Amino acid sequence: MQIFICPFCGPRDEREFHFEREAGKIRPDTTKLVSDIGWSDYLNEQRNTKGAVREVWSHLPCHELFVMERNSLTMDVIYSTSRRGPVT
Amino acid sequence: MFQRYSAFSLFQQGLRSHRGWTSAWRTPLPKSTYDVIIIGGGGHGLATAYYLARNHGITNVAVIEKNWLGGGNTGRNTTVVRSNYFYPESVDLYELSVKLYEKLSRDINFNVMFSQRGMIVTAHSEPEMEMAARQVNAMRINGTDAELLDEAQFRKKVPIFNFRPDARFPVHGAILQKRGGTARHDAVAWAYARAADSAGVDIIQNCEVEDFIVENGKCVGVNTKLGEIRAGAVGVAAAGHSSDLLQKVDITLPLNSYTLQAFVSEPLKPVIDTVVYCPLTGAYVSQSDKGGLVIGGGLDRVPSYGQRGNLPMQEAVMSGLIEMVPLLSKVKLLRQWGGTVDVSPDSSPILGPTGMEGLYLNCGWGTGGFKAIPAGGYLFASILATGGHHDISKPFDLGRFITGKLIDEAAGAGIAH
Ligand SMILES: Cc1cc2nc3c(=O)[nH]c(=O)nc-3n(C[C@H](O)[C@H](O)[C@H](O)COP(=O)(O)OP(=O)(O)OC[C@H]3O[C@@H](n4cnc5c(N)ncnc54)[C@H](O)[C@@H]3O)c2cc1C
Ligand SMILES: [Zn+2]
Repeated sequence: MQIFICPFCGPRDEREFHFEREAGKIRPDTTKLVSDIGWSDYLNEQRNTKGAVREVWSHLPCHELFVMERNSLTMDVIYSTSRRGPVT
Repeated sequence: MFQRYSAFSLFQQGLRSHRGWTSAWRTPLPKSTYDVIIIGGGGHGLATAYYLARNHGITNVAVIEKNWLGGGNTGRNTTVVRSNYFYPESVDLYELSVKLYEKLSRDINFNVMFSQRGMIVTAHSEPEMEMAARQVNAMRINGTDAELLDEAQFRKKVPIFNFRPDARFPVHGAILQKRGGTARHDAVAWAYARAADSAGVDIIQNCEVEDFIVENGKCVGVNTKLGEIRAGAVGVAAAGHSSDLLQKVDITLPLNSYTLQAFVSEPLKPVIDTVVYCPLTGAYVSQSDKGGLVIGGGLDRVPSYGQRGNLPMQEAVMSGLIEMVPLLSKVKLLRQWGGTVDVSPDSSPILGPTGMEGLYLNCGWGTGGFKAIPAGGYLFASILATGGHHDISKPFDLGRFITGKLIDEAAGAGIAH
């Protein structure tokens, strides 16, 4: 069983976590006209990087949303950052 | 060099203690230029090369594989072949594949052990039976075979299933596709490799493609571990590694790479002569000719290129299997492994141009592309030969993610892919 880190609860079993999406995607500004490509980029396109990744995960028991840094090839878990502060 | 295989040649070789077999394909060094390069020596890449030669007379072709041929998902899958899909576009595609499979061993002189032992999807409540009837109707209207089984009919087909009164998911009936079944995965890769090689295709193993050669916005070849190789057209059939390759030319794809696991048990006497999938447990099982149970389930829930599985999914699949067939609880597993599958938002594949001239895609087969190898190769060959779509491949163009015309089989067929 792999251990992921919830910024609120600490280290927990991977089964308690849910992968939400890749980090760093910004929802198109819908006060302006959004092109089909703009929506597709946001909704469908994935970087799907082999190696170091930053992703948004949630911890289901406490509902914390956070950014996890890990390696998609070696599966090493590197760092978790809470989304409650500013995230860069 | 090309040896025809037959019962007679087997007998003849038997008399010589099988010392007279020659290798089934060459091990050539790459030439500097080809008409077409295909990246990835899995089933789809090898079948593409074969159909380029057979259907289009294009034989100056190289298949470039970073490891050994068939060592990716093709050699790691649970070998289920079926066309039990909901949308007409999907049935056209997978039905073409089943039809090609039906003739493959004869067409290409290699026994791929295609066994139409039937594919069964269980239903566990009256509402599920109604959805099953809808699925059966859709499949029939789309032109493939499907039957609705009631509980008694299902019990006859799969007597080892869990019919106990305390079953967590009591069976109400099932969908049967009789023409579905299994084939031998390695044999499919080897059969296409041998046939392509004998038509003049160079299969180059242990040669990773590192980058694309782009001139004036057009893809004109690849850089590999063995140097530069040029081509008129480049086709990518690299499954879970497609995103990683295409990001080298700044093309992003609507794909996530996940691990999908499979399991094989110790050999048993025959206990099941069909394929059974239970959507509620997410597990499915068939039995190989050697007696091993071949068991699969859903995706690991962590995006990964690790090519090995995690424990939670192993637990989920095994407990699902035991719920389906409790008498297997004492059976021991022999092997477990994982493959890196390329999952698209609508669980349908991507075939066609990439947007960059000279560069074409065959990917997104996710958890269900073994069954599609003949059709994927057939259609991709047509795309590479003509530069445009075949009627059957057109709906699977990358453009559907922009127009929104998705072929959402995850929602439609309600079966894992
Ligand atoms: C556990 C498991 C069970 C499955 N069960 C089924 C099933 O029952 N039925 C079904 O229909 N499908 C099933 N699938 C899915 C099926 O295996 C795949 O969809 C199918 O094999 C894809 O074939 P392919 O040729 O596209 O990919 P692959 O066979 O993965 O071939 C791609 C090849 O590209 C090579 N490659 C990658 N990058 C490079 C590079 N840079 N340079 C050179 N070569 C490169 C890889 O080494 C690999 O050999 C299963 C998959 C898994 C993992
Ligand atoms: Zn938490």
